Amino acid sequence: MEKLTKDDVHPSIVKALLDQETNITFEDALENEMILNMGPQHPATHGVLRVLLRLDGETIVAAVPDLGYLHRGYEKMAENMSFYEFIPHTDRLDYISPPANNTAFCLAVEKLYGIEAPLRAQYIRMIMTELARITSHLVAVGSLAMDVGALTVFLWCLREREKVLNSYDIICGARFTTSYTRIGGVAADMPDEAIVIIKDFIAQFEEKLDEAERLLNTNRIFVERLEGVGVISGEEAINMGLTGPNLRGSGIDHDLRRANPYMLYDQMDFKVPVYNEGDSLARYFVRADELRESCKIILQCLDKMPKGEIMLNSPKKVLPRKTEIYTKMEELIHDFMIVNFGVKPPVGDIYSAVENPKGELGFYIVSKGEGHPWKMKIRSPSFCNLQSLGGLIKGHMISDVVAIIGSLDPVMGEADK
Amino acid sequence: MEIKDKIVPLLQEQFPETNFEVTDFRGDLKIKFDASLIVPVGNFLKQHDELKFNMCEDVTAVDWATKKKRFTIIYHIYSLENKFRLRLACDVEENHPHIESVVPVWKSANWYERETYDMYGIKFDNHPDLRRMYMPEEYEYYPLRKEYPLMGIPGDLTLPKK
Repeated sequence: MEKLTKDDVHPSIVKALLDQETNITFEDALENEMILNMGPQHPATHGVLRVLLRLDGETIVAAVPDLGYLHRGYEKMAENMSFYEFIPHTDRLDYISPPANNTAFCLAVEKLYGIEAPLRAQYIRMIMTELARITSHLVAVGSLAMDVGALTVFLWCLREREKVLNSYDIICGARFTTSYTRIGGVAADMPDEAIVIIKDFIAQFEEKLDEAERLLNTNRIFVERLEGVGVISGEEAINMGLTGPNLRGSGIDHDLRRANPYMLYDQMDFKVPVYNEGDSLARYFVRADELRESCKIILQCLDKMPKGEIMLNSPKKVLPRKTEIYTKMEELIHDFMIVNFGVKPPVGDIYSAVENPKGELGFYIVSKGEGHPWKMKIRSPSFCNLQSLGGLIKGHMISDVVAIIGSLDPVMGEADK
Repeated sequence: MEIKDKIVPLLQEQFPETNFEVTDFRGDLKIKFDASLIVPVGNFLKQHDELKFNMCEDVTAVDWATKKKRFTIIYHIYSLENKFRLRLACDVEENHPHIESVVPVWKSANWYERETYDMYGIKFDNHPDLRRMYMPEEYEYYPLRKEYPLMGIPGDLTLPKK
């Protein structure tokens, strides 16, 4: 690591690091406390997270995360484009689980418009969301294991994830940036071929997951590096605004799928795993258990999914079908108006939140009755979860930092927007 | 009685002289009131035995691009016990926009307020660590204000020296 000079760290960050004490120097590290710069280019920071660490020997006295290296200004861009145009950008928020973001955004816009997708589309969305949860948690568990030195599990997890991505490929033609949902439905129907692939995947997944878990849960190095590391109590977790698996790892039974059911989650039978320890190991256990619950939800959806429409028939609010645009005048006019000027929603503001793999993803949309939002705020779970990082790593060793970041599972595309 | 119907009467009882402007759009309850009351109202909502809005989910602002009451600060708070989300709104003026920080009430507001300051230039009084969130510290514009152009301002970011 390159040696820092005083000019490299902005005075305000130094001030945040120092609190009240001033015993710090950028030279002569052995005598005094020292500031160490970690990231933004660091394999264990899951992207471009920069953390400034104030060290006493190897112990962390204070830590200040520094964000903004992937800030693309999505909220500004959203104010200048129609709702339809923003769907592909939601892929790039939490880029580990694009279908979940697509669904979250479309649910928010549908809430503003006051429409609801047909039943089959809702089932398809739920299947895609849960598949996204599986891929996201697989990457989270795998990279956490890799961060603390167990490389095999990472490869196994990515191998399983590939199979899910293959099913994405058949369902919507893209393996990664899916842009699958539309306002009022989904882009394409789920073919039977994809259903077979998903069923095959789930049939063998349990066994593969057991295999990976055996490798981790009985691994003393893995367990000892996570147990009791980065502990956050339930009350503190609520105070810090943690959501998702990180909150449930601290003993708080809160899942938006249960608390404020959206789509058809109220008809599904699944458990919300909760662990009371609040340490990194508990957060890992929550994710591992959620993988199994997601499989259950997908199987139930596949059983219950009816045949039928996948797009709402509401010509003034939802894009018409391509075949009809080519043959019917009315549809052509609607298509022209929607594509060029967007759909005019009522005046008002809404907030819609869903339980994404990382936590609560919310969209706050202010509409002035125009085809584009007057303001759109993305409440991203990774941003809020990262806020607790400074407090979590205080008092631990340098080597624990990667384990704690891995257990929080932030994605910088979402944290930086 | 539903939790939704309880909130406004309880607030009115506690703050009899304040005008609470209540809107209910698509099932989202929004309460708008005077900006100087944000901390007492927040404390009341958090500590009340029935309401218990113990989680602050989001703080942001809306730029209305008007001469009067240019910005509205929006708070989304959630009650884990009642499973209910409430939106608070406070107007602030364009000239030296500022509002009292709610960090003493909800710790998680720390970063949300920093982000709002970064994007809109709204000062949060008594915030423990009000720095820019995403943009560089010496950056002089506020990107989400309506007068800031979509393409950005050429030459406003100094590149790091080699």
